[in-house]
Amino acid sequence: MIEIKNLYKLYGSKRAVDNISLTINKGEIVGFLGPNGAGKTTTMNIITGYISATLGEVKIDGLDITQNANEVKRKIGYLPEKPPLYEDMTVLEYLNFVYDLKGVKLDKKEHIQNILELVKIFDVKERIIKNLSKGYKQRVGIAQALIGNPEILILDEPTVGLDPKQIKEIRSVIKELGKDRTVILSSHILAEIESICQRVIIINQGRLMAQGTKEELSQKLSNTNTLNVRIMGNLNEIKEELLKINGVTNVEPVSNTEVGAYDFKVSFTPGADIRKEMFFALSKANMPILELKSNILTLEQIFLNLTSEEAMLIAERKLKERKEKILRERQELLKKEENNEEEIKEEEGENENESNI
Amino acid sequence: MKAIFNRELDEYFNTPIGYVFVGFFVFLTSWIFSYTNVLTQNADLSSLFGNLTLVFMFLVPILTMRLISEEKNTKTEQLLLTSPISVTSIVCGKVFAAFSVFILALAISLIYPIIISMFSKPQVSEIIAIYIGFFLMGITYISIGVFISSLTENQIISAVATFAILFVLNLVDMLSSIITYPIAQKIISYLSVTMRYNDFTNGLVKIDSVIYYLSVTAMFIFLTGYQFEKRRFKK
Repeated sequence: MIEIKNLYKLYGSKRAVDNISLTINKGEIVGFLGPNGAGKTTTMNIITGYISATLGEVKIDGLDITQNANEVKRKIGYLPEKPPLYEDMTVLEYLNFVYDLKGVKLDKKEHIQNILELVKIFDVKERIIKNLSKGYKQRVGIAQALIGNPEILILDEPTVGLDPKQIKEIRSVIKELGKDRTVILSSHILAEIESICQRVIIINQGRLMAQGTKEELSQKLSNTNTLNVRIMGNLNEIKEELLKINGVTNVEPVSNTEVGAYDFKVSFTPGADIRKEMFFALSKANMPILELKSNILTLEQIFLNLTSEEAMLIAERKLKERKEKILRERQELLKKEENNEEEIKEEEGENENESNI
Repeated sequence: MKAIFNRELDEYFNTPIGYVFVGFFVFLTSWIFSYTNVLTQNADLSSLFGNLTLVFMFLVPILTMRLISEEKNTKTEQLLLTSPISVTSIVCGKVFAAFSVFILALAISLIYPIIISMFSKPQVSEIIAIYIGFFLMGITYISIGVFISSLTENQIISAVATFAILFVLNLVDMLSSIITYPIAQKIISYLSVTMRYNDFTNGLVKIDSVIYYLSVTAMFIFLTGYQFEKRRFKK
């Protein structure tokens, strides 16, 4: 289990990681999603112990990453953005080196053999890494992360720069690996996260914007609920009928692709369920519903919503409010203390007077 | 540490660097040997080994320039720093690999005293003193080079800076002969790497010189580790 608490990383005045807290359970496949420069890599670098955090703590299975560095590092396999390959070595030499470096205590030959087969680089094991294609280099990078059978795999943009076929292959490798391991991977490609990960963590400008499964996220965020309906009948009459329904806030004709029928986008107050009422109302008015689709947000829409400037502004405002609140509370506390002190002084003064007498 | 040591040693001889270092060393020393000993029919080895500070000024940058710079440049340091080993063992593995290549060169150079001993009877104790000095001077130069390699991502800058600093260390002696102020002169000669080395080549093993060389070496290895670690906190 990985626990991250109030993590900060400052570069000068820039906040690369800004108060991120999250928990990742054993066996989960988690995706870090965010635009370029969002702080995904920095967060990963901190979890793996490559760089230190400015503030906050990272615990893996209850062990602190700075205090029990070696133990924690043994549990993690890390593929950085640029695979850390010694290009003058052959694949086999390189993997042997990593094996020795990590001080693994498994059967060396068999272990490396298994990994070679798992990531499908058996055919190139005698070749010098420098001469391999990008896809193969990436795989050697993954193989490197797998040495020692770590419980946690951290993969930073594992498919970047690969061709579509390679991407597909690498994704299936990751899925395979995720069956018995915790996997954290980062990407700015939505489809990737969508197809591999069970849980999505959206990061933007160093902040954690949202987390949850894809379904949870879309439910949580679709507060402006809309329905898409196709109804047969007269445009204006349908509109009138729809607006009569309790809870409907707006009706917007979209198109008429079918003869005699119109498509509408119906908005209603959040939380309300208007489908039943709409069905009966329309059927009473003799306007059959041909199609009905609720407008659940796709991951892409969620991502765009969350990383839009507006969302950032809202988040900033919230942060400001929180800070102001803390300041106010502190001032009140100070005032109270001052009052107490004054009271104490007065009491002391009285005591002195008494003793003088 | 052993894994890194083995890899670095392999790297020296998988790439031309190790061969260039040993080859140039043999070439330059045998050149000097033929001039100072063979052609003049002289059995005194001190002038051959006395010139080694100059030779090493050129050779040590070859040996150390890529040791840490390259790791930074190719981001392979990420692998090392996220592996369950300490920074000290990373640095020591690398430094000892460089020492080993140097010791190989040192072993090859044993051929000169052997040649001399075929024609005359050199004093064994003197040769041992020379080799102790040679070894100490070599590891000191290498540790300085490794430290400079940890300061930059660029191998060429690393090599040039190492060369420049070793050059200055060699020039310090000249400086002390110019300065007439006795205390300054004493301080400079006290810090000089080469002046102490000349004691060894004359057959003198001074304990303070041994301590001087070893402590300078240890200091630069420590500084390299510190530099390695510091980058992670700052970057």
